[in-house]
Amino acid sequence: MEDKKAFIAARVAKELKDGDVVNLGIGLPTLVPSYLDPSVSITLQSENGFLGLKAIADSEEDAPFIVNAGGAPAGIEATGAFFSSADSFAIIRGGHVDATVLGSLQVDEKGNIANWIIPGKMVPGMGGAMDLVVGARKVIVAMEHTNKGKHKILKECTLPLTAKGQVNMIVTEMGVMDVTDEGLVLKEYNPEFTVEQIQEATEAKLIIADDLKEMAV
Amino acid sequence: MGKVKQITQKEAVGLFHDGMTIMIGGFMTNGTAERLVDAIVESGAKDLTVICNDAGFAGKGTGKLLDTHQVKKLIASHVGLNKTCGAQYSAGELDLVLTPQGTLAEQVRCGGAGLGGFLTPTGIGTTVADGKSVVEVDGVEYLLEKPLKADVALIKAYQVDAAGNIRYKGSTRNFNPMMATAADVVIVEADQHVEAGAIGPDYVETPGVFVDYILEGGTN
Repeated sequence: MEDKKAFIAARVAKELKDGDVVNLGIGLPTLVPSYLDPSVSITLQSENGFLGLKAIADSEEDAPFIVNAGGAPAGIEATGAFFSSADSFAIIRGGHVDATVLGSLQVDEKGNIANWIIPGKMVPGMGGAMDLVVGARKVIVAMEHTNKGKHKILKECTLPLTAKGQVNMIVTEMGVMDVTDEGLVLKEYNPEFTVEQIQEATEAKLIIADDLKEMAV
Repeated sequence: MGKVKQITQKEAVGLFHDGMTIMIGGFMTNGTAERLVDAIVESGAKDLTVICNDAGFAGKGTGKLLDTHQVKKLIASHVGLNKTCGAQYSAGELDLVLTPQGTLAEQVRCGGAGLGGFLTPTGIGTTVADGKSVVEVDGVEYLLEKPLKADVALIKAYQVDAAGNIRYKGSTRNFNPMMATAADVVIVEADQHVEAGAIGPDYVETPGVFVDYILEGGTN
């Protein structure tokens, strides 16, 4: 399972460009920076109010004052900056975040995403997710292709939406899909699976790219 | 407006009453004025409406007020890390309004800035849009979100000078600067108290004009 997550994170890392400002969701997306090419340097945005997120604070004196968006202790790069939540979401909604990588419960062929609530079961709240998927220039969903065999990539989301038509790309252990006006285009596949197997694991109809490639990490 | 007044913990307790709307700064209790939350607990004020990014944790931040059942309504963006919150909501004891974090921050900012609301693309096509006006501007749909105001705001500063000017530290500022503008009564709890003017006009982040009371002593 961990290998699967590492594989997905490594593929997502190739989508990020030198200089990008990126916001990572909790879980799998936080693995992405460890797979960046050494030539690529990105700045992480933490929606609770800073740019330049890193794992550990530089001094014990600073440590109690800095947490990441999950509320856990964190640090800030020397080139970073702290700001208020209002400024943080001006950065997010205003299109100043190049990419966001996040997990999801469901995604569909129209780029709709549902990842904040399972009515009657799990009501944690959306936090900053609704603003992030609307505001980030590129929205990459990084997740396992199915939920223990149950479809997650659908014709139409059945759970309440986080946002409508905002997802640009889906990366799973089976392949890489672009969301287009025509539907989901499978542009890379993991050679451990056949295209037929990938389609079977996907409720939405996949359009196979003319230049379909093997998924490279 | 008037001069900023220094108050004791005991005097702070007397500022809270049943049915009040209270803004509590902080993000997962990072930047929450815990001694002032303790003062609400001690006041016993009930049927409160609390506006805070989240529900805190059991025994910490807004979580303390849920533990004591003092909250009737909570307006927050994320409550998943406090099981008490989910349990009270499921049992019908708590009115929970889940709001996208950026929308919540901007609602508070608007409340303090005298604005009637704002238009945001966040929430279009979701349940957040239920019952709200959709306004089209140059072909793009936006939700009309209204401002939020409160009776009291609890602000956590790193430094406060005797004139109420505030500096924050690290990620603790989060909702504090906006909340300091959006309540009738604004109370500040600080790690450090310095003499008037010691922060310096160039480095003040929240001007003392927004502040009414400074809680004596440091933080817990």
